[in-house]
Amino acid sequence: MYLTKEEELILAGEYGYALQKAMEILVALGDIYGADRLIPIKSAQVAGVSYKNIGEAGVEFLRDFVEAGAKVSVYTTLNPAGIGDDEFMEKQREVLELYRAMGIETTSTCTPYYGANLPKFGDHIAWSESSAVIFANSIIGARTNREGGPSSLAAAIVGKTPNYGLHLDENRKATVIVDVQAKVKTFADYAALGYHLGRTLGNDVPYVKGIKPESLDFLKEMGAAMAASGSIALYHVEGETPEYREAIADKVETITVEDSDIKAVKEQFSDDWSEIDMILIGCPHASLPEVKEIAELLRMRGRPLKIPLFITASRAVKALADALGYTETIERYNGRIIPDSCFVVSPIKGWYNGIATNSGKSAFYFRSFGFSVRLDDAENLIKEAP
Amino acid sequence: MKLKGRKVVGGKAEGELVVSQKPLSFLGGVDPDTGIVTDAESDIRGQSIAGKILAFPRGKGSTVGSYVIYALKKNGKAPKAIIVEEAETIVATGAIIAGIPMVQGIDVSKLKSGRKARIDADSGEVEVLESGE
Repeated sequence: MYLTKEEELILAGEYGYALQKAMEILVALGDIYGADRLIPIKSAQVAGVSYKNIGEAGVEFLRDFVEAGAKVSVYTTLNPAGIGDDEFMEKQREVLELYRAMGIETTSTCTPYYGANLPKFGDHIAWSESSAVIFANSIIGARTNREGGPSSLAAAIVGKTPNYGLHLDENRKATVIVDVQAKVKTFADYAALGYHLGRTLGNDVPYVKGIKPESLDFLKEMGAAMAASGSIALYHVEGETPEYREAIADKVETITVEDSDIKAVKEQFSDDWSEIDMILIGCPHASLPEVKEIAELLRMRGRPLKIPLFITASRAVKALADALGYTETIERYNGRIIPDSCFVVSPIKGWYNGIATNSGKSAFYFRSFGFSVRLDDAENLIKEAP
Repeated sequence: MKLKGRKVVGGKAEGELVVSQKPLSFLGGVDPDTGIVTDAESDIRGQSIAGKILAFPRGKGSTVGSYVIYALKKNGKAPKAIIVEEAETIVATGAIIAGIPMVQGIDVSKLKSGRKARIDADSGEVEVLESGE
C-alpha cells in the first residue's frame, strides 16, 4: 500500500504512540485486503461501547489508549451502550468517559443519521454498527466497510481508512438479483424479508426488485435484519435506492422470494403471549415517526399494558419525543423510551424471558440468547398484548 | 521444515507450537485470565495458548475478540506469536494492539502441536525445528 510521507512518519512513531498504533492497524488491514492507499473519511461510528461486549479487556485498552494521547480527528459518534445493574452501569459510564476523552461525541446510537452524524452521497466513512453500515451504504449511498470496534477507532484517530471493499465502485455492484414475488407490505414483512435474505445470501450485494416500501423505516428494518442474520453490508432496491441504476454490471443469478419464505420466518418467531414478558420496539433505534406511531397505537388501545413496552431510540429522537408529548403518552400506558442504549448488548438475561418485537434483528439475537420471541407489527402487538 | 508467509506484525519468537485446524473465536473462546481455550467448537479446547506459538486457519466471531488478545498480553497469558492461513480484521488488530508477532499465508495443516518452531515475522518465515521425537 502506498503511504504519503506524513503517513510514513506517523507509522514510524513521530507523532506518538496512539497515532502510530492506529496507523499500524490501518496499514495491516490495507495490506490484508489489498488496498492501494489510505483515503480521508468524513465521519466515524465506533462499536465496542457496551461493557457487556468489551469487558475489562476493552476498558484496559481504551484507558491505555487515552493515556497515550489518542484523539479522534473526524466527527465520531458511538454505538449504543448497555443497561445493567449498578456495578455494570458504573463500568459503562467509565467506557463512555474514556471515549469522551478521545474527543468522541458520546451519543450512543445505531441510528447516528437521526442526529448529527449524517453523511451525504459518495462520502467515505468508517462505521462499525452493522445496521448503520448497511443504512449508510444502501440508503444514503455513502461508502463504508463493516468495521470492527478497534478499526473504526483507528480510522477516527487517523482520519483515514484503507481504500478497499465497499469504498470501490466495482465492489458495489449487485452479485444477485432478488425477485420478490411475495406480498411484502408491513414493517414486520420487511423485517422477515431482510431476515430471510441475510440467512439465504451470506455476504452478497443483493439487487431487490418487486418491493415498494411505504417508508424509510421499512428499508432501515429490512437492512438491519439482513446484516444480523447474514453479513450483508449493501443492497440496492430497484427504483428506490440511489445507486440501483449502476448496480447491475454482469449477468448475475436471480433468486425469488415467495409468500412461503416470509411466512416461514414469521412462524419461526411466533411464541405464545404466555411466554412473553416485554415488548421491544426500536431495533435499530426508532425514528420519530415510529415513536409517534407507538404513542397513537397505545392511545387507541386505551388501557395500559400489563407487560412493559420499551422503545430504544437515540437521545436526539427521545428529546424530540419528550418535547412533543409522545413520551408522556407512552409512559401513561406502561411504556418507556430508553435513550442511547440497546437490549441486545445488555446483560438482561434473567430480567426477562420472552420478547415481542417488530424487529427482525432483535428476533434473531434474542432467539440466539435463548429467549422466547414473537415477531409481528407494532399495531398487532399493542392490540393483542396482555 | 521451512514455510514462507507474509508479515502482519513484525518480530521474532521461538517456542512450542499449539495448532488448531479450526477457525478460532477469541471473544468467549479464550479465557483472558488463563490463556485457556474455551471455544466449544475448537479442537484445542482446554489447552493453554500462553507462551506458545499459536497457529490456526483464521479468526471468527465478534470483533471484540481483538480486545481479548490485548487482555491476554496484559495478563501475561498471550501467545509468543500467531500464525494464520488467512489474516482478518479481528486477529490482525488484536496482534497489533498487543504487539504480538504475526504471520499470515501459512498452511497450518502442515504444523503439529508440541513441535518447536522459530518465527521471523518480518521476513514471514516459520521454521519447524527438529522435534526430538
